[in-house]
Amino acid sequence: MSDMGVFFALLGAVLAAVMAGIGSAIGVGMGGQAAAGVVTEDPAKFSKVLILQLLPGTQGIYGLLIAFICLTQIGIMGGSSDISLAKGLLYFVACLPMAIVGLISAIRQANASVSAIALVAKKPDQFGKAMIFPAMVETYAILALLVSILAIFGIAGVNI
Amino acid sequence: MSRDQYIYAVARIRTRELSLLNGAVMEQLAAAPSEEDCLRLLQAKGWGGRGQGAQEILEEEEEKTWALLEELAGGLSLFAVFLRENDYHNVKAAVKEACTGGEHPGIYKKRATISGEEIERALTKREPETLPEPFRATAEYAMRVLLQTRDGQRCDAIVDRASLIAIRQEGAQSGSSLLREYGERTAALCNVKIAMRCALTGQSLSFIEESLAPCGAFEEKSMAKAAAAGSEALFAYLRENGMEEAAETLRISYTEFERWCDNELIRMIRPQLTNCFGPDPLAAYLLARQMEIKSVRMILAGKRNALPETAIRQRVRETYV
Repeated sequence: MSDMGVFFALLGAVLAAVMAGIGSAIGVGMGGQAAAGVVTEDPAKFSKVLILQLLPGTQGIYGLLIAFICLTQIGIMGGSSDISLAKGLLYFVACLPMAIVGLISAIRQANASVSAIALVAKKPDQFGKAMIFPAMVETYAILALLVSILAIFGIAGVNI
Repeated sequence: MSRDQYIYAVARIRTRELSLLNGAVMEQLAAAPSEEDCLRLLQAKGWGGRGQGAQEILEEEEEKTWALLEELAGGLSLFAVFLRENDYHNVKAAVKEACTGGEHPGIYKKRATISGEEIERALTKREPETLPEPFRATAEYAMRVLLQTRDGQRCDAIVDRASLIAIRQEGAQSGSSLLREYGERTAALCNVKIAMRCALTGQSLSFIEESLAPCGAFEEKSMAKAAAAGSEALFAYLRENGMEEAAETLRISYTEFERWCDNELIRMIRPQLTNCFGPDPLAAYLLARQMEIKSVRMILAGKRNALPETAIRQRVRETYV
């Protein structure tokens, strides 16, 4: 039964990387379509729209970070892992904020990015303001990242 | 219809919207001393080239718009609602050509799902059954009526009604809220135009009933009765059915009513300027371009015929941007 602890902890790490990664892939893809549309008509706007396209890509990086920390904490990176089922479940739950919020926020941020790209297409001088709108969505991905990090490090000290 | 399917297309349209003519440019055109000056101004905005005539420039701009949307949407099936008008124009022209044996080059619209020549060939050989539905039944019936009665007006009314039914149907089937609204609106406002024309020319109730197409905004039988009773009864009917503005503008003049219809259409599509998803911004761009070309055509015709500036301004439509 103790093997199940590692299983759940690993599942949490995988979900954080996979779900946030899927969200980012969808988001960057949507941003890419909009950016390509603008660059087709006006290649001079490439650098501006590229930044906006990449904004939804950060959730994937956060997911990877959480997965990496989790794998380190449970000892899988070192080659041996021996954690209880309760602890494994706690790691699983600790990874969920990044997994769920990462997926949803990346897609929502992509919607904002696509709109910001349309704004830049019409008013390139408003690039700074255009970037703020999708960047605001990032706040919630960062909050989820913090919660997951604090929870994972906190679990290490719990004696169960 | 996937919401994310048109992100690339809408982004391109957003950039293209920058080159649409705005109200200030329309003012400049209206204030230009002559047609040549207007053409120079249009050339500066990227319309046509040196030595091109007004008609040539307008046709080229229309063709450019259709070609862009065909490329972006991967075909014109999405815009079938707009093609139906051209389709039935071709049906109407072909029926008359086939019945009168006339030869009038250039009467058919190019952007249509069925070519006028094809319809004319089938009707000349008296083989309307070779035409695809929904054109077969309309062409067959309109031709029979024209041959039996020699009543061109009734023939036009039959084809126009079929056109409105098709536009409304295409709009409803498109899956786009804007196109559905466009179809409904076109059917309703064209019914008003038909009813008004019938009221002014004193058409019989049966003729009016045969001319009006079904639409969501009006019940065609009661509208036909109002039109048969005269223009005042029609105005009262429109007011009762929540179309006070339509009644007011119609009372001023038919031209004013048409301008109001076009301006209402522009107001209907304007929210698409901030929509980045779905096919609606593409359809809105097409309508905006068509309206822009219509306004430019009116200004150029006004200048050619030395109309006073105020008369030209009265005819210019609102702009999308």
